[in-house]
Amino acid sequence: MNHNDSTTAGPLAIELPKLERSLWEPRALFSSLMSLVTWLATLIACVPLFSVLIMLIYRGGAKLSWRVFVELPPTAFEMGGGFGNAIVGTLVMVGIAALISVPVGIMAAVFLAELGPDSRIAEVTRFCAKTLTGMPSILAGVFAYAAVVLTTGTYSAPAGGVALAILMIPIVVLTAEESMKMVPRIMKDAAYGMGCTESQVIWKVVLPTAMPGMITGVMLSVARAAGETAPLLFTALFSGYWLVQGGELQMMQPTASLAVLIYNFSGMPFESQIELAWAASLVLVLMVLVINIVSRLIAQKR
Amino acid sequence: MKANGSNRPNSAAPSDSGSNGNHVVIDCKANEIYYGSFLAVRESHIPIEKGKITAFIGPSGCGKSTVLKSINRMNDMIRGFRFEGHVHFHGLDIYDKSVDPVAVRRYIGMVFQQPNPFSMSIYDNVAFGLRLNRYGGNVGEGVEKALQRAALWDEVKDKMRNNGLSLSGGQQQRLCIARAIATEPSVLLMDEPCSALDPSATRRVEELMLELKEKYTIAVVTHNMQQAMRVADKTAFLGVDISQGGRTGYLVEYGDTKQIFEDPKEQLTKEYIRGEFS
Repeated sequence: MNHNDSTTAGPLAIELPKLERSLWEPRALFSSLMSLVTWLATLIACVPLFSVLIMLIYRGGAKLSWRVFVELPPTAFEMGGGFGNAIVGTLVMVGIAALISVPVGIMAAVFLAELGPDSRIAEVTRFCAKTLTGMPSILAGVFAYAAVVLTTGTYSAPAGGVALAILMIPIVVLTAEESMKMVPRIMKDAAYGMGCTESQVIWKVVLPTAMPGMITGVMLSVARAAGETAPLLFTALFSGYWLVQGGELQMMQPTASLAVLIYNFSGMPFESQIELAWAASLVLVLMVLVINIVSRLIAQKR
Repeated sequence: MKANGSNRPNSAAPSDSGSNGNHVVIDCKANEIYYGSFLAVRESHIPIEKGKITAFIGPSGCGKSTVLKSINRMNDMIRGFRFEGHVHFHGLDIYDKSVDPVAVRRYIGMVFQQPNPFSMSIYDNVAFGLRLNRYGGNVGEGVEKALQRAALWDEVKDKMRNNGLSLSGGQQQRLCIARAIATEPSVLLMDEPCSALDPSATRRVEELMLELKEKYTIAVVTHNMQQAMRVADKTAFLGVDISQGGRTGYLVEYGDTKQIFEDPKEQLTKEYIRGEFS
């Protein structure tokens, strides 16, 4: 024993710290247990998401064919049919909503971020916009019903567009303001230092630099609007016909949309309609997915 | 000097130009500069002579940058800013009510402490000012000329379409200088242009300043006394007065750089240069 000590460690040998992992030590045990819990929580959070996607692909994919894109919805006992008019209706109404909300939202954001960031009106606007993002979407429908449907006397695509625009404006305002605030102070100084007027600084420096962020915000609001059902129930209603009839655009009439089609058809006791509702859900999810991917690509391209 | 403004005094040149025969482009007389109720600078009269480099030195918080930025009204955007005094530029007070600060900045360019190229291509960065002023000539030639004068052309001529932010810090600062001189301002203000750069990039910018003074009048704020000695013809030393409770900057001494560093008249300047306080 004595002989062994002197050859391996020498007279000044110190005891080496114990560095091996011991799995059953309480702290280590707690640590691995918590890792397992967080992992399980992640899994649970993913289950509904993936099960919806898988179900949509399974049930909706079966019915998906070129016919659903070009044909009109079937009436009660008809078989087959499609939802071409609902796709067109959704695109038209989201388009109208974007035409209203993007200019209004971005100009409001310019005021909030650049012109009067600390003014009373800016504070009130910001507060309202934040409140409106959490507003139940059905209220936007009620408002558009009162403002557009009652005054024009008919359910229509513009009424639906207005309802969706009300939902989109606060999202556009807040994201655009945020991305304009991200433009570094020193870049604006550079522009002022060269003799830019305030509007030139906004046009030539702030807006181009903030563009990717603003586009992301617009895309996200478009994606949200495309999936909304409640605001359209009071405003655009639904229709079994095309928006263009006999070569004429009939805007001021009830208009179909994917979201309302899903809502209507999924409650019907007919197999054909239920299948169409599945297919429409898949198409809607794919549309939103594409919008999200495109906005991501734009945001990355810096 | 153009004589088309009714509010330009006949004898615009301040007293300095008479005594030593040098032409003063900007006569900056800051009696009092306020931020809100805070008196930042008082009684600082600094003439800036044509074709020379004037350095502003002094301890932190002495208001060097405040005075510099007052010269092209960059402080106007700071809330509560108030300037008492005058800044005569070719005989016209740029703080006159009839003067548009935006127009002032087109003649008195600025280079900032942090290199601040726009998030656009190198070419567009330099062309920015030319397009802004609806440049009559060939924009491409103007861009090349400015980049050559900023000693950056050889490094970027093959990548004009790259983003300005992809350049190194020193290159970015020279890009900013190119951008500022593209519009041919008569005066260039530089607010600690090298403090964010490494020594070799600093050296390049200093060489550039010496070349540029042939064409442009330069006023530069610097923390670095060696830099002032290397580049400046004239030096203004500002000190801080803390006797009133606040920190108010004021001009202690102004003169030829050689005289300020070798034979300062004021005790305070002497102490500062010897490094007894900062």
